[in-house]
Amino acid sequence: MGRYALRRLLQAIPVFIGTTFLIWFLVWGLPGDPFAGRCGEKACPPAYVNYMTEKFGLNDPLPLQYLNYLKNLATGNFGQTFNGLEIGDLLAQAFPISMKLAVVAVLAEALIGITAGVLTGLRRGSFLDNLVLVSTLVLIAVPIFVIGIVARYAFGLASVSPEAPWTELIIPGLILGSGSLAYITRLTRVNIVENRRADYVRTAVAKGLAPGRVTGVHLLRNSMIPVVTWLGLDLGALMGGAIVTEGIFNIRGIGGLLFGAIARRESGIVVSIVAILVLVYLIVNLLVDLLYGVLDPRIRYE
Amino acid sequence: MSDIKVKTAPVLGVDGRSAGHLLEVDNLHVEFRTRDGIAKVINGVSYHVDAGETLAVLGESGSGKSVTAQTIMGILDTPPGFVTDGAIRFRGKDLLTMGKDERRLVRGEGIAMVFQDALSALNPVFTVGFQIAELFRKRRGMSRADGYKRAAELLDLVKIPAASARLRDYPHQFSGGMRQRVMIAMALALDPEVLIADEPTTALDVTVQAQIMDLLAEIRRDRNMGMILITHDLGVVADVADRIAVMYAGRIVEQADVHALYGKPCHPYTLALLDSLPRLDLKGQELNTIKGLPPNLLRIPSGCAFHPRCTMARDICLTQRPALVELGGVRSSACHFAEELYGRE
Amino acid sequence: MSSPEVATATAEAAVLPTTPAAAEPPRKDKPRSLWTDAWYELRRKPLFVISAIMITIFVLMAAFPSLFSSVSPNAADLNKSLTPPDFGAWFQFGKGGQFGYDLQGADIYSRTIYGARASIVVGLSAVLGNMLLGGFFGILSGYLGGWTDSLLARFGDIFLGLPFVLGALVILSTFAPVQSSPSAVRITTLVIVTFIMLGWPSFARIMRAAVLSTKQLDFVHAAQALGARPGRIIFRHVLPNAVAPMVVVGTITLGAYIGAEATLSFLGVGLRQPVVSWGIMIGDSRQYMEAAPYMMAFPAAFLAIAVLSFVMLGDAVRDALDPKLR
Repeated sequence: MGRYALRRLLQAIPVFIGTTFLIWFLVWGLPGDPFAGRCGEKACPPAYVNYMTEKFGLNDPLPLQYLNYLKNLATGNFGQTFNGLEIGDLLAQAFPISMKLAVVAVLAEALIGITAGVLTGLRRGSFLDNLVLVSTLVLIAVPIFVIGIVARYAFGLASVSPEAPWTELIIPGLILGSGSLAYITRLTRVNIVENRRADYVRTAVAKGLAPGRVTGVHLLRNSMIPVVTWLGLDLGALMGGAIVTEGIFNIRGIGGLLFGAIARRESGIVVSIVAILVLVYLIVNLLVDLLYGVLDPRIRYE
Repeated sequence: MSDIKVKTAPVLGVDGRSAGHLLEVDNLHVEFRTRDGIAKVINGVSYHVDAGETLAVLGESGSGKSVTAQTIMGILDTPPGFVTDGAIRFRGKDLLTMGKDERRLVRGEGIAMVFQDALSALNPVFTVGFQIAELFRKRRGMSRADGYKRAAELLDLVKIPAASARLRDYPHQFSGGMRQRVMIAMALALDPEVLIADEPTTALDVTVQAQIMDLLAEIRRDRNMGMILITHDLGVVADVADRIAVMYAGRIVEQADVHALYGKPCHPYTLALLDSLPRLDLKGQELNTIKGLPPNLLRIPSGCAFHPRCTMARDICLTQRPALVELGGVRSSACHFAEELYGRE
Repeated sequence: MSSPEVATATAEAAVLPTTPAAAEPPRKDKPRSLWTDAWYELRRKPLFVISAIMITIFVLMAAFPSLFSSVSPNAADLNKSLTPPDFGAWFQFGKGGQFGYDLQGADIYSRTIYGARASIVVGLSAVLGNMLLGGFFGILSGYLGGWTDSLLARFGDIFLGLPFVLGALVILSTFAPVQSSPSAVRITTLVIVTFIMLGWPSFARIMRAAVLSTKQLDFVHAAQALGARPGRIIFRHVLPNAVAPMVVVGTITLGAYIGAEATLSFLGVGLRQPVVSWGIMIGDSRQYMEAAPYMMAFPAAFLAIAVLSFVMLGDAVRDALDPKLR
């Protein structure tokens, strides 16, 4: 398993480089004036342009610029914004908030989604099953930004305060996780339905175990394998996918930072955020892969 | 449930009938309600087994032999399967009418089952130690450590080498034969009075088959259990069984002592089955086979269900279903020509 | 998979001595292919029928919006600004005002109808583009294997490594900065290209899997042995096998793309004026939730129904094509 993890890690390196290069190139590498509109209505004074060009190394050949960027990244130096703020500091403020939001979302998904999935899987075709089916379809169909705006209006919610305490993140988190919640519900239900008639469940019944144990241990443990791995992937995805939710609730997380940076064309922030999110995504992917092997002893890594 | 059990057989039935058997299936009817119609899978099956005796139930797939066993265990999938009539009495008490909890306690402790495919019947994500110890922990209230200790003893009993070390292994890490031994160990855990073995050797290599059958026979003898051996393999039956019930299309067509059945089969279907066994003395000749396919249970043939494939079939077989009649007071057959067959030399 | 015991002939039966093949009665059922079987299954599903009807309506709406509304979506009369819906107009064609008027005084009903075009065009083109590009690379990887396969897989990973909305945000804002106003054709094309760029690796994986499984089949080996050219094998054997998963994933993706298009337009980086899009309408309505909830309600409802129709259709088709779940 160690060798497998190492190989996967090595495979992730070119992907990381490729993705960050792609974004870096889009943001820095394309021809165009990076300082257009930066000095109000007028064009920027030549002294400013020269100073900034020098500071960001914009006269170097492109590959060198990128290599310099990677080198700085490796040492944890994210560079500065155009007006001289340390990007690293901005990220350090925003990242924990996004992570909290993602954790709330994933917890909500797990708690509500798995419960609903198990209940409906065991009572296929019941009133509850149909009710949950319709609810999941609604959650899948209505985009998050609509749910968010309506919820904010309906509950009369104010913006989340800058420190983003857990209690204020509950509703935004629920909304952020709503789409995945529906998916988790369906995934759990399908797996329960599929495994319910499995031979080993029948064996557990034949052993004279109580119904609660048959369902709660033998059926659930097997049905949870794909669900848990999916939840793991979602945690990674949600950290970057919170742009809409953070925007609607004015949460000062990564998504809000990124969106503001795009609007203000703060190239340094955009590239750094994407780099971090891709890194998170790749690591989470690898961890989930390994987790799969822990959950299902039949999996062998070669 | 107490740890101590007194084995007495035969038992006096609750309805006061004497000559009650340890386990008795009485006129069982089961149907499967499928989208394509109702399949009458079991149509009045009756058999019994007593302590220390092995009953072999023989039949093709679709004959209802496994469904009968599932109904006894209470693991029939409902829907589509429904019991429409009959009784299953264990120690004189009808399993089909008793309360859910009471019936649950019969499973494993009164009647236990060994399944055909141990790979799918064992839970893939738990160690075999966990799965066996679970029985002691949940049904006997033992501690985890004691449960595992007893599990190791059981694995030893079914002759798995290095038993205590293998407790931590998962089912897929065992070979087919070893896995079936685990299955048997699990079935024996609560010291059941009746063991149902549903095609226990079908998924195994021929050499391993014999070892497993020997193990089952040995355990049955040592523990004085009743055993129902479900199989489609005539070769397996001869050495192990005391009595044989042959099933066809959800009915018992012939039931007899093993020697009597092999010596003089009294139903054309049994006859054909025995005829189709490869025999050394007939080497070089073409193998006899039974023509046709097992019946479609959605459309069971009129009269005797076997008539489309029967070499002795006459007009009466198409219209009248033969009843199971006693022959000489010791055996029975459901054929219009049963007496003829019984009377032949 | 109702009951194994009902099966008339199983592998187990073959162990018993029976005459093989010779005595087997001819099957009464006509041989049914995967597709006719699936079609038979689908026609009886209300969810499939409803979503198919809804999709037909949306496609008609996109192609011929004037069939549904005679009012121009861009005609604005400030006198009518924020007029609530006129429910009396629901049954009078050509009157306008059924869903009320937005801030500029444009007819919300008409805009909602015309908004279908952007969603359908973007969704359909992006999915078709994904199928072509992904299919091409998938065939390449599956057929050539070796280092081509590994290289394409890593290359695809680069795009899959980007979270979808994030990637689209960066690409779109690069080529069409947030405050700019590109032409309708340019921005629509840009959105479609962005979706294809980020989506093709998933489709390539499906095609690759189809190629690999087809390569294992005996008749393909036979065809190869007989000297059939790769092009012929791909068209005759590989493509038919890949169609089913492609259709299923494509339909569901189409629904997701309609939602994504609306999200990006809502954020201001996707489609923008003069294109009429549900996402833009919903974005515009944000400030007026209290005063004019109808500004959001109608485009949001259309958007949700459109997304739902495609997701449900994909679900139904998958269930019908996947015999395992029956």
